[in-house]
Amino acid sequence: MSETPKILLGNIGVEDSHTLAVYRSRGGYTALEKALRGLEPRQVLETVKDSGLRGRGGAGFPTGVKWGFVPQDSGKPVYFLVNADESEPGTFKDRAILDFDPHLMIEGTILSSYAVNSHDAYIYIRGEYGWLVDRVQTAVDEAYEAGLLGKDILGSGYDLELIVHKGAGAYICGEETGLINSLEGRKGQPRIKPPFPAVVGFLGAPTVVNNVETVAAVPWILNHGADAYRAVGTEKSPGTKLFSLSGPVKRPGVYEVPLGLPLRELIFGEDYGQGMVQGIELKACIPGGSSVPVLTAEESMRAKLDYESLAEVGTMLGSGGAIVIGDDAKMPEVLKVILQFYHHESCGQCTPCREGTGWLDMILDRMLAGEGRPDDLELIERLCQNMAGTTICVLADAAVMPARSFIAKFKEEFEALLPQGEEPEDFVPMARAAEDWH
Amino acid sequence: MSEEQSSPAPAEEAAQAPVDEASGAFTFSEEREARFQEIVRRYPTAESAIMPTLWLCQDEWGWLRPGMPEWVAHRLGVSLTRVYELITFYTMYYTEDPGRHNLQVCRNVSCHLMGAPRLVDHLRKRLGIEVGQTSPDGRWRLEVVECLGACGYGPMMQVGKRYYEHLTPEKVDALIEEWSKSE
Repeated sequence: MSETPKILLGNIGVEDSHTLAVYRSRGGYTALEKALRGLEPRQVLETVKDSGLRGRGGAGFPTGVKWGFVPQDSGKPVYFLVNADESEPGTFKDRAILDFDPHLMIEGTILSSYAVNSHDAYIYIRGEYGWLVDRVQTAVDEAYEAGLLGKDILGSGYDLELIVHKGAGAYICGEETGLINSLEGRKGQPRIKPPFPAVVGFLGAPTVVNNVETVAAVPWILNHGADAYRAVGTEKSPGTKLFSLSGPVKRPGVYEVPLGLPLRELIFGEDYGQGMVQGIELKACIPGGSSVPVLTAEESMRAKLDYESLAEVGTMLGSGGAIVIGDDAKMPEVLKVILQFYHHESCGQCTPCREGTGWLDMILDRMLAGEGRPDDLELIERLCQNMAGTTICVLADAAVMPARSFIAKFKEEFEALLPQGEEPEDFVPMARAAEDWH
Repeated sequence: MSEEQSSPAPAEEAAQAPVDEASGAFTFSEEREARFQEIVRRYPTAESAIMPTLWLCQDEWGWLRPGMPEWVAHRLGVSLTRVYELITFYTMYYTEDPGRHNLQVCRNVSCHLMGAPRLVDHLRKRLGIEVGQTSPDGRWRLEVVECLGACGYGPMMQVGKRYYEHLTPEKVDALIEEWSKSE
């Protein structure tokens, strides 16, 4: 196999890689020059479509196709929003780009905005990344000064305004319609789709929301062509993907991986995690951020990191946040940490999510406190049935997927927390009581 | 830091400054006033400018003091409800003094696996305060927060804008010493 090209992290490790001078010295903004001087917006869009690039925020939707949904005759401005609200637990990949290669994201943003005929772009960065907001703002200021942003970019006649917007602590703003509401100055509560943002988005106008990593791939694709991008990865999942590797491995961190790489390689490979820390064995792995179903050690050893292969083993690639769990961890405790997060972050507008995430959190709490009820696992399953697919966005599902998979695959650990022996006489089974009503 | 700045407001500001007694009058530093004007000019609607304006207030005064939401609503010409809606929905806007050193320890999965609960226990004992409390002298505050995007470098905490990663009890002790001395 030939060496995988560094599409996203090529500048990382170079001194002052965050500055315009260094970025340019390494070939930065050549894709932009090429596009603005010789390509129509439509050609940029087609190239990205042909490359097969898929959205890296979690959903994996083909980027070029998403861009293609933007109507060009709505009579309204088109908005381009970059989602840098990275907050899915286990995910810290966009941070690497924001910190060490902000100009890569900015160049990708300009190219992407050009492709959809947008003249107004925003980068929405989570509030906790305060120092990265400053980092990106400095880079944006540099780009304005160099004529790479603002009016008549590089003398091409193309104008683009770019605003760096700082979030204020709400996971849900990473959901694209939550992000749009937040940017409009509202609570970050997701909207019902359809209409999709491509048609009715920010301020009611056509809007594209793309993840940092997605736009960061665009300059390379334009410089090297769609075929070169397709030559990396698998047929249906072309290109490279950033994986954030965390947990008790020897070398946690952010890795650029050709899609299709075995998960085993990410955890144990010399170029990646280099295996578990001394004295700890692999017990499980959540491959795509805390909301995707967990894999057992055995499943982890045979899973491959691309959208289709992970679907085959019943999980998802998500944001690429690979959380490795060692045999020193107690699965009910890990699940409790995950569920308390979704409870905390539920925006509150849909009842199944607002109530359901709270109940799941509470039930795990009492189980861990030794106060579990005999039918608690049954009750969790019934709650999950009422939550999955019944809400405006997928936050409820994001709690259901770990809940179900943790309990299904590590059942004995959960059962051990339930009262053993005869049911007490005054016990009212809550899960079954609900059924009796019907 | 006083709540009411003594520098005289520019003429055009004076007309719109204090709304009523309760809302008080606040004046941004010259640099932040310029940034405020830029925000108003660049953001497409007055509502979309609320979040960045609240950030400016917090950068200037540390937290959102009594009367400040009213002042922001007045300066942007938006309803007070819209301002409060954002202050209460988002976790990073403070309506009370977060203390001089606000230690926010991540409690999420990866940090948990790497020992965040032990770190929190250590800090509780070291600072003599519970999670969610500020020390009586206003110097220290301890919070546990959700994922901060430092999962590979945990356990970790955020203090102000900075992240402190790969923490151990010894490392946080050294940091606390350092901050105690620098006061």
